[in-house]
Amino acid sequence: MAKQISVFLENKAGRLSHVTRVLGDAGINIRALSIADTSDFGILRIIVNDPARAYRILKDANFTVSETEVIAVQVSDSPGGLAAVLEQMSEANLNIEYLYAFLGTSENDALVVFKVEDMDKTCITFKEKGIKFIDEKQLYEL
Amino acid sequence: MSYWDKEKECMPRKELEELQLRRLKETVYRVYTFVPAYKEKMDEAGIKPEDIKSLKDLQKLPFTTKQDLRDNYPFGLFALPMSEVVRIHSSSGTTGKPTVVGYSKKDIDIWSELMARALTSAGATRYSVIQNAYGYGLFTGGLGIHYGAEKIAASVIPSSGGNTRRQIMLMQDFGTTELTCTPSYALFMHEVMQEMGIEPSDLKLRAGIFGAEPWSENMRREIEHKLEIDAYDIYGLSEIIGPGVAIECANKQGLHIAEDHFLAEIIDPVSEEVLDDGSQGELVITTISKEALPIIRYRTRDLTSLDKNVCHCGRTHVRMQKVLGRSDDMVIIRGVNVFPSMVESVLLNIPGVEPHYLLIVDRKGNLDQLEVQVEVSEQLFSDEVRKLEELGAIIAKEMESALGVNARIRLVEPKSIERSEGKAKRVIDRRNI
Repeated sequence: MAKQISVFLENKAGRLSHVTRVLGDAGINIRALSIADTSDFGILRIIVNDPARAYRILKDANFTVSETEVIAVQVSDSPGGLAAVLEQMSEANLNIEYLYAFLGTSENDALVVFKVEDMDKTCITFKEKGIKFIDEKQLYEL
Repeated sequence: MSYWDKEKECMPRKELEELQLRRLKETVYRVYTFVPAYKEKMDEAGIKPEDIKSLKDLQKLPFTTKQDLRDNYPFGLFALPMSEVVRIHSSSGTTGKPTVVGYSKKDIDIWSELMARALTSAGATRYSVIQNAYGYGLFTGGLGIHYGAEKIAASVIPSSGGNTRRQIMLMQDFGTTELTCTPSYALFMHEVMQEMGIEPSDLKLRAGIFGAEPWSENMRREIEHKLEIDAYDIYGLSEIIGPGVAIECANKQGLHIAEDHFLAEIIDPVSEEVLDDGSQGELVITTISKEALPIIRYRTRDLTSLDKNVCHCGRTHVRMQKVLGRSDDMVIIRGVNVFPSMVESVLLNIPGVEPHYLLIVDRKGNLDQLEVQVEVSEQLFSDEVRKLEELGAIIAKEMESALGVNARIRLVEPKSIERSEGKAKRVIDRRNI
């Protein structure tokens, strides 16, 4: 399991650059990022090297922030890699709220971050099925 | 229950009405004799001072409006020579020429008495430390409260508006027991207190006396809960005298209008007909003791209703309901009257929603559009789009059922809506009409 930082952003010029600048100035490194957007607002989701500090810094800068539990999985970087994982989740009736992928450091693997409805059940299923997920520490230090 | 002037505040109705009639006759005689603009209006209406024989005859007199004050700018409606005028206050004049009001020595004394009554009604005593965060200057809020607070011999901190962090420091260091400011500023102070890491329990604050803008019953609950105080509504307007025209008692069931100095009526703002007690309409006030600027049947533009039932507090003076809104704050959207206070009430009924909001009215094609901007607090925020959209939909639904007109809800970042240290700006109307 890992901590994702979620930030509410108004759909307004300069908001994303502001949030990344605030993090950059504080020496926070963004490992992975995804944005969900609607016509009015967006939600920035990031994996950073120090989530607790990033949370505090963003809050002090008057952003609306929350910490969300997500799970990062190592997926084979080859055709059908993600499909294999998703099929197993579907078989186990696991609901996915959202996911985003990023490249890992190893050449053969991609990393996928999942936000699921039932975190505990997902963890157990992954263990049973032998799906490799990455522990928190490893992820932040990528 | 404590009173500042029990004899006047609890005067039996009959006696009170005798006093009112005597003072009304005198006032009408004075304006007719000394203020040409009043004489002209009364002559036009065919009314002479001697036609005022009962309180009901008040209805024969013409109304006075803000425009009359502007037309006679600056001192044209004064009934005393300037040598007798000891104070001048004025509105900011943002919507046109400023309106100017004047006070004789006796007017200032009466105003101080009324404010002393008001502060006492809200539980303040000589042991109180009153922090007065209303603006000092041309605005009547600051000095009006100040004189009343000195009258009851409380310790006054004339902090005036602005510099919120210093306000809170003073509150903590000087042991402020009562705060006076606009209700929106009180909530803003709470936000800054949180940023500073100061809890209400760190303060001695027990009550707030809030006014100068309409605020809802829900806003009162919010302030009382957040600041852990009693919040009292005070009413006044510079054209009449300033703050102290009416004040809530401990029952918080309407504001007692100081009827030994003011006559109150409710009219239909369109037909100008006088309405029965209990009906909602525009408040009209006549001053019956003022010397420098007596005002006959002033149209306040404030919408409320009157309740003559005797209050549990023992005061006999009529109560006006908390002001619902101002007829000039009201926005008409597709023919429906919408008041910012209604929007505020809806928002405060949704858990986690902060009462910081902005109404933006626009016109697309021939259709009015209402957008309500609502700040997303941490409590409301979700990392899932679906949940935030659901929240927006809930607010929109509640809004539509309360306002009778559909509004687009726009979620905005916290603290992005401008905070005010005086009267809050709640509406931006972009229609060119």
